[in-house]
This record gives sequence, structure tokens and C-alpha cells, in this order.
Amino acid sequence: MPQINSLRENKTESLLQREASCRICDLGLIEHAAAYQVQQNMLKEALATKINTLIFCEHPPVLTLGRIATEEHFLFSQKEIREKGVQIVRIDRGGEVTFHGPGQLVIYPIFCLEDFGKDLKVYLKQLEQVAIDLLRCFDILAHSIEGKRGVWVGNQKIASIGIGVRKWISFHGMAVNVNTDLNYFSLIKPCGLDVQMVSMEKFLNRRIVLKEVKAKAIQCFAKNFNLKFI
Amino acid sequence: MLKLPDLGEGIEHATISTWYFEVGDQIKEGDDVVELATDKATFNVSATHSGVLKQKLAQKGDDVKIGGFLAIIE
Repeated sequence: MPQINSLRENKTESLLQREASCRICDLGLIEHAAAYQVQQNMLKEALATKINTLIFCEHPPVLTLGRIATEEHFLFSQKEIREKGVQIVRIDRGGEVTFHGPGQLVIYPIFCLEDFGKDLKVYLKQLEQVAIDLLRCFDILAHSIEGKRGVWVGNQKIASIGIGVRKWISFHGMAVNVNTDLNYFSLIKPCGLDVQMVSMEKFLNRRIVLKEVKAKAIQCFAKNFNLKFI
Repeated sequence: MLKLPDLGEGIEHATISTWYFEVGDQIKEGDDVVELATDKATFNVSATHSGVLKQKLAQKGDDVKIGGFLAIIE
């Protein structure tokens, strides 16, 4: 339906010509459950105020299972995984299983998608583009792959994406492997796939300052979503 | 009738992942009634009017086309 698609693109482009206000909330290292509660509170607030918020955080080691994750995606028993100090949490985002841990930048945009076209695929693509642009700031040429979500460097995955939407307000979001301990991914089939994960640290062979990644991420969100930070 | 709204370009169907109410429950306009999942997203469908949930027209795990009927609320 090229005509409809073209209408959608025009609508999204025209919406993106308007600046949307956004605030930043940096939670630092925080348990997944506590960050989830913050997301829920901000989602409720956004329903009333239409304020967009960009949440940044890192989590202690945790495996999160999206709605279509199954235990087949675990390569160890849940008991063994917990004994390694990794929590297991089933959550209400799309997607399969992924790992979050220290050194990984997790970004939860609480965005009023009415500001950005009310289109789940367009929003997911915009998130991928943010990650691609962010990685380019560090001289990493990343790309998306048609039919697969997330962002890739060659055939290795560097950023994962999974979202939830309630009354056209987004929550959950994306995780970029900055200095992540990649050994944890051997516990699972990340995103249900037999893929190799990579981090910025591994790719560049140097430790990356997370604060610098956050600063660049803010710029990339501003560019891709036409945001004005308040 | 509660319908699955348009979720965006290229999304033709979604899978029911959670029902928040049971048949016979009273529902208020704006309540999240059912959650659907696509490959990387979940989306809640809210009640467009208040009433009693008379019938679920699809069950957890069922695929529903965009515009398809989900429930009868009267």
C-alpha cells in the first residue's frame, strides 16, 4: 500500500517538524524492579501531562523475558542462573530474553507517541537509528537488519530493543552494550537467536566512559525525535 | 465491540498476550482491557466505553488482524 505508506511518512515527517519537550532522568545503577516502578510512575504522569521523559540507567545482572520469551531461550537452568547472581524477571515488553548488567546503557524513553506519528514500527526504527547514530559518534559503523530488531556491527548484536505502549505512551526501550561483561550472554539465546553479542569496549578494545555515551545519546535522541530538553 | 486499532505501517496482526478482565467484569471507559504483542512491542487496547465484558472474541495466544474484534462490552 505505497500510497498509505507515503501518507504515513508525510504525517510522521510533519509531526517531527514540531519540537517536542523532553526531560532527562538519570537513575544510575538501579535494580530492574525499582526502575520499572519509576517508568510506571512517569507513564502515569505522561498520560496526564504529555511530558516526554528519557530515563537512563544501568541494572545489576538480570535476565528479562519479554512476552514471547520461552524457557528454551535459557541455556542453563533457572536455579543455575540465579546461583550466578543473575535475577530472572518476566516483564511486559515485546520480544524475547535479554541480559542487562553493569556497563550496559539502558534507555527507557517514556514518549507520547502521538507526538511522533502513533506508529510502532516507525518508533522502533527511530530507536534503532538513535543507536546507529550514537555508535557512529564513537566511530563504530552499525546497522539494522531487515526482519530483525536491534542494532548490529557486522553480524554481532550491540544494542537490543523491546518496547511496551500504553495509551500511546511508550515504556521499556533499548540497551546498548558499552562495557557490558559479555560472558553473561552465554546464559541465554539473546533475543531468541543464536547470535554473538558485542560491546563498544570489545569492538574498540578500550574502556568507554559511560557518561560520554549518555551525552551523545541525548544529542542523538534530540536529532531523531526533534526534542527540546527542559 | 472492542477492536484492535491500527498500530502502524506494515503491522497486520498482533497476538493476545494478556486479558486484564474476565467475562462479567465491569469495565470503565479508558480501562486497559487486553494486551497484544508484536515481535518487539506490547500494546494495550483500552475500552472505548463503559459496560460489562460480555464475551472475549479471542483468547490468549490467538492472532488478531488489525481492525479485528476482540471483545463485546455492553
